Amino acid sequence: MQDLGISVLFRGINFQRLLLGLWVTLRIALITIGISAVLGLLFGLAMMSRSRAARAVCRIWLEIIRFMPQLVLLYLVYFGFARLFGWNLDGETSAVLVFSFWGTAEMGDLFRGALTSIPRHQRESAAALGLTRAQINRYILLPQTVRRLVPQAINLSTRIIKTTALVKMINVTEVLKVGQQIIGQFYREPSAAFWVYATVFLLYFLICWPISLLAGRLEILWEGNHH
Amino acid sequence: MEPILRVKDIHKSFDGTGVLKGVSLEIHEGEVVVIIGPSGCGKSTLLRCINGLERIDRGEILLRDRRISGLEKDMHLVRQKIGMVFQSYDLFPHMKVMDNLLLGPTKALKRSREETEAEAMQMLSRVGLADKAQALPRTLSGGQKQRVALVRAMLMHPELLLLDEITAALDPEMVSEVLNVVIDLAEEGMTMAIVTHEMRFAEAVADRVLFMEDGVIAEEGGPEEFFREPRTERARQFLQSFTYASARKKEKADSGNPGSGKIR
Ligand SMILES: Nc1ncnc2c1ncn2[C@@H]1O[C@H](COP(=O)(O)OP(=O)(O)OP(=O)(O)O)[C@@H](O)[C@H]1O
Ligand SMILES: [Mg+2]
Repeated sequence: MQDLGISVLFRGINFQRLLLGLWVTLRIALITIGISAVLGLLFGLAMMSRSRAARAVCRIWLEIIRFMPQLVLLYLVYFGFARLFGWNLDGETSAVLVFSFWGTAEMGDLFRGALTSIPRHQRESAAALGLTRAQINRYILLPQTVRRLVPQAINLSTRIIKTTALVKMINVTEVLKVGQQIIGQFYREPSAAFWVYATVFLLYFLICWPISLLAGRLEILWEGNHH
Repeated sequence: MEPILRVKDIHKSFDGTGVLKGVSLEIHEGEVVVIIGPSGCGKSTLLRCINGLERIDRGEILLRDRRISGLEKDMHLVRQKIGMVFQSYDLFPHMKVMDNLLLGPTKALKRSREETEAEAMQMLSRVGLADKAQALPRTLSGGQKQRVALVRAMLMHPELLLLDEITAALDPEMVSEVLNVVIDLAEEGMTMAIVTHEMRFAEAVADRVLFMEDGVIAEEGGPEEFFREPRTERARQFLQSFTYASARKKEKADSGNPGSGKIR
């Protein structure tokens, strides 16, 4: 029985199906990360803007994504928007929308944190050298912000990848959903569940681990570069 | 001769609290003015106003007869002529020492890299740091960082150098290696305004001493007269607090403190 369980993985195109599911996962995650990176910078700038209204909007946005479970947001967009506005968003689009809404705010907050953690003296001693504002941004603030931001942004990216598992709840056939389908088809092999989930686990691990290693490396490489 | 810097009756307050309450001073070419006074009396604020890091509420600041207070756009051009070194180690941590040194001259002044690099190497070796050109700031000691910061400011060939307690954050044994560099600069004729709590250094380097108290210059004089017999009671009390401190320091020095070089 034990052997039969693991063999399920290699029966037919089961493994390819899992990989295809993984690709759906990654596609959602990558698009989300791309959108969040770009909009996150704008969000971060808005958080630091002089306009109180802009800051308030960001604050509320950030609170919403911090307190609202992702799943509720997914349901709200996927089922709610369809009913309310007659938008028929497919699952993947809904997922990218919701996750980008979340990722943008988180990325923006990281960006703001990275920039504001640079000691005031950095800007001032650059100014004291007679550099223009643009030169200070380019040579002093931007490189130091990037060094602080990138490791954290990478960690956020692994969180986004993990969170995409939720999209199976709105009928997107990503890797976890595929796994469950396979288990369903082979319900006669009780140990199939273990092997399929273990494989899904391994796939997630293989994706997230190197990314997380990279973040750690960068952190060590740049450590002490901020006092 | 016309003074390099003229500060005319400047006022500055933070959130309604007056910090500078009518400060006037002049600094002539080659002169070293030391500003001392109790904590919170406005010394740092004065220096920061001079190079435009703080805007003044009232009064006027002139650099070689050009008004530099209240400038909006061109303040960076003024700052190219006024060097400043702060108390905190303010090297740019993501750049090697040499890149720290070259940034201002090549980007702000658009000087050629090769020429500046040669000059930078020469100045680095004069302060004993030739071997640190390719080091990252985090590998330097506090005293080394401040010497680099001084070289960085000097490479801009400023007309005036402002030093704000540049040894205050240093371990005691590193103080003299930094202050000796300043004394060398003074001997070469660099015009400087120096805020310091190192009284023996102040006495050694100053052409003129300004004693600040509660946002005004309470007393002004040559170093000998000021340190021997200050005219105001407040200055006397202020100096007294250091005699006590330095009496204790002296004890330490007698029990074998590494040499403090030129600073007597
Ligand atoms: N940016 C600021 N905002 C509000 N208050 C400030 C600011 N900068 C300085 N102050 C206040 O102004 C007063 C004078 O400060 P300043 O730093 O000029 O004193 P200082 O003479 O340099 O003191 P120290 O010897 O401790 O360095 C202090 O009471 C300080 O709290
Ligand atoms: Mg101060």
